[in-house]
Amino acid sequence: MNIPSAGPRRHYLNAGYGVRSWLLTTDHKRIAWLYLLSITFFFVIGGAFATLMRIELLTPQGDLVQAETYNRLFTMHGVTMIFFFLIPSIPAVLGNFLVPLMIGARDLAFPRLNLASWYVFILGGAFTLIAAAAGGVDTGWTFYTPYSSRYSNSQVVLTVVGIFITGFSSILTGLNFLVTIHKMRAPGMTWFRLPLFIWSHYATSIIFILGTPVIAITLVLVGLERIFSLGIFDPARGGDPLLFQHLFWFYSHPAVYIMILPAMGVVSEVIACFARKRIFGYSFVAFASLAIAVLGFLVWAHHMFVSGQSVYASMVFSLLSFFVAIPSAIKVFNWTATLYKGSIAFDAPMLYALGFIGLFTIGGLTGLFLATLGIDVHVHDTYFVIAHFHYIMVGGAVMGYLGGIHFWWPKMTGRTYPEGWAKLAALIVFVGFNLTFFPQFILGYLGMPRRYHAYPPEFQVLNVMSTAGASVLALGYLIPIIYLTWSLRYGRIAGTNPWMAKGLEWETHSQPHSANFDAQPIVREEAYAYSGEERGDLQPLGKPVDV
Amino acid sequence: MSDSRLVHAHQFDDAEQQRDAASLGMWIFLATEVMFFGGMFLGYTIYRSMYAEAFAAASNRIDLIPGVINTTILILSSFTMASAVYHAALGRGRALQISLLLTIVLGAAFLGIKLYEYHEKFEELLVPGALFSFPAPFSAAAEIFFSFYFAMTGMHAVHMIIGFGLLAKLLFDARRGRYSAGYYTPVELVGLYWHFVDIVWIFLFPLLYLLGRHL
Amino acid sequence: MWENLPLFPQQASTLAPRVDALYFFLILVSVFFAGLIFVLIFYFAVKYRRRSDADQPRAIEGSIPLEIVWTVVPFALTLVMFGWGAWLFAEIHTPPRDALEINVVGKQWMWKIQHPNGQQEINELHVPVGQAVKLLMTSEDVIHDFFVPAFRVKSDVLPGRYTQIWFHATKPGEYRFFCSQYCGTQHSGMIGRVIVMEIPDFQNWLSGGAAGVSTAQLGEKLFESLGCVSCHRPGGAVQAPSLAGLVGKPVKLEGGKTITADESYIRESILDPRAKIVAGYQPVMPSYKGSISEDGIMQIIAYLKTFNPQEGEARRP
Repeated sequence: MNIPSAGPRRHYLNAGYGVRSWLLTTDHKRIAWLYLLSITFFFVIGGAFATLMRIELLTPQGDLVQAETYNRLFTMHGVTMIFFFLIPSIPAVLGNFLVPLMIGARDLAFPRLNLASWYVFILGGAFTLIAAAAGGVDTGWTFYTPYSSRYSNSQVVLTVVGIFITGFSSILTGLNFLVTIHKMRAPGMTWFRLPLFIWSHYATSIIFILGTPVIAITLVLVGLERIFSLGIFDPARGGDPLLFQHLFWFYSHPAVYIMILPAMGVVSEVIACFARKRIFGYSFVAFASLAIAVLGFLVWAHHMFVSGQSVYASMVFSLLSFFVAIPSAIKVFNWTATLYKGSIAFDAPMLYALGFIGLFTIGGLTGLFLATLGIDVHVHDTYFVIAHFHYIMVGGAVMGYLGGIHFWWPKMTGRTYPEGWAKLAALIVFVGFNLTFFPQFILGYLGMPRRYHAYPPEFQVLNVMSTAGASVLALGYLIPIIYLTWSLRYGRIAGTNPWMAKGLEWETHSQPHSANFDAQPIVREEAYAYSGEERGDLQPLGKPVDV
Repeated sequence: MSDSRLVHAHQFDDAEQQRDAASLGMWIFLATEVMFFGGMFLGYTIYRSMYAEAFAAASNRIDLIPGVINTTILILSSFTMASAVYHAALGRGRALQISLLLTIVLGAAFLGIKLYEYHEKFEELLVPGALFSFPAPFSAAAEIFFSFYFAMTGMHAVHMIIGFGLLAKLLFDARRGRYSAGYYTPVELVGLYWHFVDIVWIFLFPLLYLLGRHL
Repeated sequence: MWENLPLFPQQASTLAPRVDALYFFLILVSVFFAGLIFVLIFYFAVKYRRRSDADQPRAIEGSIPLEIVWTVVPFALTLVMFGWGAWLFAEIHTPPRDALEINVVGKQWMWKIQHPNGQQEINELHVPVGQAVKLLMTSEDVIHDFFVPAFRVKSDVLPGRYTQIWFHATKPGEYRFFCSQYCGTQHSGMIGRVIVMEIPDFQNWLSGGAAGVSTAQLGEKLFESLGCVSCHRPGGAVQAPSLAGLVGKPVKLEGGKTITADESYIRESILDPRAKIVAGYQPVMPSYKGSISEDGIMQIIAYLKTFNPQEGEARRP
């Protein structure tokens, strides 16, 4: 690919300086950066809450902070990490940057709506920060009634308003992705030539659209109940607290698939590139993404097995929860099979991707324990659940995010990061993560409940181990923040395609110019055409292609 | 049919792609609205089956006449909105503007009557909260009914007010000659939105006003 | 295990070993599959590591037989997990008929326990070993949860209705219980001990208490003082449904539906009598909301459970 060398090239980062050119941008690539900075900010805040929590939990007594404070810490940790870091992370940063590039478009379908989605995100975040500054909220991120709607003396209304507003950011992003993927693919980019990253963002967008409005209305009703002393969810006034739980989890369960599907998309891209092979079972992986999105809407009441709901309801939801595990398992097997007879390199993105597969597998398998009714009665609302979801969301989603950031960093910034430090950080994250969260499985089965500010002394040793691990994990996160920032100025200049990867994003400049491509791309290859498969080259499943 | 507007935004290949994308976008947005109102409809349905008698008693306290008038007004406004789209497609600028204006007027009438209804509820102590009063033994369940009444009609009204803003913008742009037979997508999209808001009302009306009524 | 570093909870109920068996089965399956993936990844990573930038692996589209195998086998395993778990769950929700019934009321941030003989305790639960015990639970305020790790049971404790758990303790000793549904400031302080005693010791403890009046007797007192007896007795002032042997019996309601008169139904009938009208009766019973506490309701229920079928038969003209 010829890169003209007359003078400094105009690209999306130097096409206009100044605050206005950033705050009024409609370029999806700049909006991705706006999101990147914002969610990193929230990640640090959520991490600070977690740090205080883990330090408190070093001793059985509640001696670092008061109970009221601790309750606000774990609530704000959950709210910040889920709504203001995990849910936007990959879609709003990597998705925004890459979706148009990967399908050969000049931008998303609705660039101004894209910018609006960021402002909405910031507005929602502002409300939540104000709520935190005004004392925070202490209901748990799950806001169960009637505690949240009547008994809690904390900033419930401000917080739910913040989350409500931010929900629209998700909806607008999902809407944009769906329309873009449907209508703006380059000539030749058929559905089954799409990168799996696009499939997973498509599936995620379905959940954004169908799920987010339900949490929106649920939080509105809780807010109204609190302000006007209504009885919609309050049994003392004729309401049903389980109705709240059903409405809440109807969104909040699919929300976890919002958090993992994009990371799975990243993993597909990275594995294909660093094994230099087409993903094994491409169409199965693509359909598995859709299956996860659909089935994910059918399992919400597995959070309610001991809530007092009927035994029959619990059995139905338990069975469905096992169903939803299968497509994820299919993906893990297909990723592993991709390595077979590949040519495998171990750059940092690949380390993150392989780490993802390991940790997601453990997290996913422990989900089966929770789906199993007889076991869930024992481990529900204990540290077993906390360990399970952190394996998926931190061991899975965050590692997917970091892997993606490293993989596309050269494309986004035109610079490479220091590979040695990156590998070291990936390793530290992996080790620190397991040290932090594996002991929590043991703690949970022992019976340590979650959201406990103080605990019986026999749980201390495991808690100390967990906190020690957390300090290692924190170090692992700090290192990339430092060298990635450093690389913006001092990193080696990257070429167009430092990884020799396949994909339309790699066929345009690093630091693409504002309209992405010099000329309209026309797609003549299958996805991941690492062996140069042209149209029609792929044999039916099972037969390797002779190239 | 003359194409007086072939310009399209830079991200699109042509005007047709832009139109298609905009239309799909609005349909997806309406799907989110279905889920949004759906949550309230679900809650309402569950409590109605739990408290059938109380809900009927509460519903009977709502004055039917303003509700019937409002339903008629809204259906009429959907007709005027559809006319607006029709005239826009035929490039009839003036007829388009009149239709839009009529839709706005009808919508305003709806909101005015709604305001009157809310005021009546306030007077009759049927607003949930500290001032609520309903005869025993249905008080708690009736309060839940009215909570849903205000939440659902209130949300509906908010959506109508937003619709107003959209219609006003359309009218403003129509007067500046922005629409033609070749380009009237915003009129179509607002039409979709307005019809959706109408359909929500058509579900709300019987569920809230007509429980346990006998002709 | 070691005192300072327990790694596994005690098994102190008939349920515990059965839950643990299922748990170990899942651990086995998990270790197998996780191990398989880990080993394969390591093996492939080493064997197929990139030797030169010119490496050109052949494209492999996939393999339908493999996809089928690794879909069907995990699916079959999950069905086993489901079935085993559901079977256990059904047992967890089926207390034996002869279970000793103890009332539990949770409130921020303590547990009030009342034995049938009237004996009350706070944050402690004395039970006999070797006998099924059923806890009938409700909350006075927010949602709590009663959890005994050593027994492997828990259930949310809800305001406005009853939930229950049951267990059959197998080893005398003291076992912690926890509130495990976040309920506010002192959530982590809402803990206590289940004290499992040999039967003679338990009898001693029961009779050693200051209580001379049983829960059912307290209920009978309430039944009179609140005026229930004026209607719900033979020749009562107003026609009222017979309460003889009511608890657990099917009741036909106005409108045709038939429901079981469980504890939640009785509670609702006391607090909101018009919610469910018994077929053939007028809706004239007043509500006792605000006039009776959760403890009081449980006492009346205990009293009703003692009704001899011969007595208290309301005669209908």
